[in-house]
Amino acid sequence: MSKTRGLLFLLSATAIAFGQDADRIKALEEAVHNAQVSADNAWMLTSAALVLLMTGPGLALFYGGLVRRKNVLGTMMHSYILMAVATMVWAIVGYSLAFGGEGPVIGNFQYAFMNGVGMEPQGSIPHLTFMVYQLMFAVITPALISGAFAERMKFSAMVLFTVLWSLIVYYPLAHMVWGTGGLLNAYSDGAIPCFDFAGGTVVHISSGVSALVCALYLGKRHGYPHEPMKPHNLVLSVIGACLLWVGWFGFNAGSALASSGQASSAFVATHFAAAAATVAWLLAEWLRNGKPSMLGGITGGVAGLVAITPASGFVRPMPAILIGLAAGLVCFFMVVVVKQKMGYDDSLDAFGVHGIGGTAGALLTGVFATNLVADPGGERLFGLVDGNAGQIGYQALGCVIAWALAIVGTLIILKICDLAVGVRVTREHEIQGLDLSMHGEEGYSFES
Amino acid sequence: MKKIEAIIQPFKLEEVKEALIKIGIDGMTVTEVRGHGRQKGHKEVYRGHEYVVDLLPKVKLEMVVPDARAEDVAKALADAARTGKIGDGKIFISDVADAIRIRNQDRGEAAL
Repeated sequence: MSKTRGLLFLLSATAIAFGQDADRIKALEEAVHNAQVSADNAWMLTSAALVLLMTGPGLALFYGGLVRRKNVLGTMMHSYILMAVATMVWAIVGYSLAFGGEGPVIGNFQYAFMNGVGMEPQGSIPHLTFMVYQLMFAVITPALISGAFAERMKFSAMVLFTVLWSLIVYYPLAHMVWGTGGLLNAYSDGAIPCFDFAGGTVVHISSGVSALVCALYLGKRHGYPHEPMKPHNLVLSVIGACLLWVGWFGFNAGSALASSGQASSAFVATHFAAAAATVAWLLAEWLRNGKPSMLGGITGGVAGLVAITPASGFVRPMPAILIGLAAGLVCFFMVVVVKQKMGYDDSLDAFGVHGIGGTAGALLTGVFATNLVADPGGERLFGLVDGNAGQIGYQALGCVIAWALAIVGTLIILKICDLAVGVRVTREHEIQGLDLSMHGEEGYSFES
Repeated sequence: MKKIEAIIQPFKLEEVKEALIKIGIDGMTVTEVRGHGRQKGHKEVYRGHEYVVDLLPKVKLEMVVPDARAEDVAKALADAARTGKIGDGKIFISDVADAIRIRNQDRGEAAL
């Protein structure tokens, strides 16, 4: 009897001890999870801020310096206004159309008006952090297009254009590539699995190809190319390009959506590609024109950043340098040789840098993507270097779909804008400059 | 009174100013201008677009001096501004009918 009682006592004591252990383990797991959420959230909020820095002041300065002085504010406005307008459309319906639902082409209205988007973690970051990070991409992408219609588009038409473009081109493409169930989403059983780490297709092909359509639809600036249209302040452009380079770390390394090893890898790949493309462009220019230019250096750097974007979280450092070198040369050839021969007025080379650089990067992602970076220890084969040659075909198909959507969508939108408000400013307004004719102010005032 | 206008190389401005101050000239107006004489321009290339820039940056000095000083001033100016190379600029001397000091309405050479 006393033996049984002793045994019972022992059993219950063990049970209590085990129960306490289980509680402690649960508490420990929770603490570990909270620590990871905190760490990842810190990096992702920083990244979101870095990506916003790319639009303003980065792109605003880069583009603003490249135009003539009479258009400096109008051009900067093209970037700045999107920080406001693209944000509002995103809050109302954009985020939901891009990341809601499970359809192959476009999301739904589940997150409209930020419904159900709160502080609770989605993965290892608060849902709000994910939402605001993706928003910064929706801000800069239409801003990139403005390089093609610089110095001649009506402000009202520009605002209408970018709202419609976000709805018809950007949100569907973002959903196809990154949304649950998306047609091109390699991580969600997409029918055409494409790897696009940070937006080579979604951001750069979409904006760059749409830019070409805009340049062709609007026609050349009056006086192009026989009148001089030199950049009015390359100092601004250099500052802007350097801010783009820095901001791009948030764009690419942030796309890991975690403060992880993959983020570090993307960070390094981004930096290496920008460096290599700068060198490639400058060498090509030096050989062709006899002098390496500062404008060439920063244009090459941006081309490298564009091309590494889809590959950044999938490739090792040395292939990133190869991608950068290739992007520098290909974009140089497009901007300096092909554009001059064809004669279209892509004023600030949005197509030559983003359209071409983005396409080159998307295809080269299919070559150099590897599970050593993308999924260490995993079984999945990524690009050609993993032995998956077919991936290049999927990447090419993804490009074709993005090009087609950008061309058709942009043409329709331009037609709508033309009928609604007219897309191009009058000849008088163009000669006067957008600063005065559209905004009633001047960037550089003589009197003060 | 004579008006002396000198168009010179921008990098010569400091030397010219010092030379003029040394001979007692204490008033002048300086503007940044663009132009060219026999000097040819240069080529600039922006992303493959070539521009020939033939209006080059110059500095224009203007001063009005008493007739008796015009020769000295022009000589000091020319000596200080000369490099001996094409593009050094020109000096023009012309008659001035009258001058008014706005502060107190002095006229003629008294206003200089």
